[in-house]
Amino acid sequence: MTTPMDTGAEAATRARLTGPRTASRRAVTDRLMRLLALVATLLCVLPLGAVLVFVTINGIGALNIDLLTKAPRALGNGGGALNAIAGTLQMVPLAALIAVPVGVAGGIYVSEFAGARAGRVVRFAADVLVGVPSILIGLFVFTFLVLPFKQFNAFAGSVSLALIMVPVILRTTEEMLGLVPRSLREGALALGIPVWRTVLSVVIPSGLGGILTGVMLALARAMGETAPLLFTALGSRLVNVGDFGRPMDALPLFIYMNARQPYEAQNQQAWGAAFLLMLMVLIINVAVRARTWGRQIGG
Amino acid sequence: MAIKTPVSLNGALNVPEPAAAADRSAPTRPEAFDAVAAMPEQPAPSPKLQIRGLNVFYGTFRAVRDVDLAIPGRSVTAIIGPSGCGKSTFLRTLNRMHELIPGTRVGGSVRLDGADVYAADVDPVELRRLVGMVFQRPNPFPTMSIYDNVVAGVRLTGRRAKSELDGIVESSLRRAALWNEVKDKLKENGTSLSGGQQQRLCIARALAVDPEVILMDEPASALDPIATLRIEELIAELRETYTIVIVTHNMQQAARVSDQTAFFTMGDDRAGYLVEFGPTSRIFTNPQHQLTEDYVSGRFG
Repeated sequence: MTTPMDTGAEAATRARLTGPRTASRRAVTDRLMRLLALVATLLCVLPLGAVLVFVTINGIGALNIDLLTKAPRALGNGGGALNAIAGTLQMVPLAALIAVPVGVAGGIYVSEFAGARAGRVVRFAADVLVGVPSILIGLFVFTFLVLPFKQFNAFAGSVSLALIMVPVILRTTEEMLGLVPRSLREGALALGIPVWRTVLSVVIPSGLGGILTGVMLALARAMGETAPLLFTALGSRLVNVGDFGRPMDALPLFIYMNARQPYEAQNQQAWGAAFLLMLMVLIINVAVRARTWGRQIGG
Repeated sequence: MAIKTPVSLNGALNVPEPAAAADRSAPTRPEAFDAVAAMPEQPAPSPKLQIRGLNVFYGTFRAVRDVDLAIPGRSVTAIIGPSGCGKSTFLRTLNRMHELIPGTRVGGSVRLDGADVYAADVDPVELRRLVGMVFQRPNPFPTMSIYDNVVAGVRLTGRRAKSELDGIVESSLRRAALWNEVKDKLKENGTSLSGGQQQRLCIARALAVDPEVILMDEPASALDPIATLRIEELIAELRETYTIVIVTHNMQQAARVSDQTAFFTMGDDRAGYLVEFGPTSRIFTNPQHQLTEDYVSGRFG
């Protein structure tokens, strides 16, 4: 039912809708701001890409069978990083053995049983602990587990790493359990299931994926820590298997030591170890993300 | 009854089943309109749930004020009323589910077969085994199979033989009218079912612990009309065995499924209170209170 009147109204409305000046100025500002935001985003992502590329280019050539299977030799003529690989693969699991039960149990307590105030205090303490410079944690453990024995030891290294892991695990556990819908708890309690059993058999299984993610990320973080090990595990050129009472090497320590040497061969080994460490951390992270990709809690 | 967990309420809880069955000799279905006159004068059998002077507080806010209500056994009692009038809060005080929210307080008394459920020595966990609950949104445990969902209540409250569990699963699912739909996929995840099936699974789960009272908090409001109909049919069957208290927003639903109806509304102090309670047919056809009439005729709410 088009009438001349309608066309007139249409033209007028169209004129208003496409308003000449204000709209175009807004469009320009919009584009500019979008561009700025995009540049900022790229600046955030760039370092990650740069590190990945840089370490890969330098490290992949240094990665060989010797690096994985041989202990270091003097001046880095041949030999490898077996001492560091073995050390990391022992100290990090022991740290996890200490930190996972403590962190998970703490997170369960804060999420399920602590009152509002106690929960806030523990949460705050955990957040502060996450923010403590890791070298201070190393010093702290040094005074307790190294000085009294007058011996740098791998156990002290594991404890340091555990202290780094505990708050991360506690917070993720608590957050993940907090995401478990209250309706599930109510459903269980309404069946006359006691609270402890509800937590154990309904709440924790529902949040388990998230808790595992937190544990894995904490593992990856501990694996890359250098500072807490400097005063504790110290590092060693010997392949130490199972003797936690003596010094032990770790990949970050190996990189630190070898990168400082004036010899090209040792620098190359440092690059190789760096690439290896990056791969291990990356694999853990990607595995975790892939596992939880698109998966929702309670779904 | 070997299945039943011993209860610390008191002896009166273990009413012999036949006596309770005999109480039902007088029919009180909604369609029995002649019950209108008979109901109030009839010497009422002692109620399953006796609520006296019930007040519920959230902190300093009074959510429910001075409710007196006697809920007869083996029947369906509907609780209707506008949003925010404390229906759900009231329902939750009947099995002490409100205690999960910090800062709630209850005054007055709730008696189950004469036993005070707020007595100091009553374990709320035991109470909830006798007074089960079905929620608005179906909430099957997502990490458990259909089978495990049904027996969650019995398995997580004590050890049971596998053969006994199998029996409980089948009988509970049959009573919840879900057996034929799921008997071939008991190992599948409970969340794989449709919304209506999930809700019947939750009802089966509640039945599996062998309760005497089932509280339903708008059990069909998240479901489509066909699933709703199935739940309503199920409620009609369950009333032969259980005492059901159902909160609903849907007046037609209350009229269809319930034997008696309690109408709540909100006072000027925003506290919910009971306006009128009586046989459903009377509440809907001949309410004695103006507020009830306004509500059931759709003038507010």
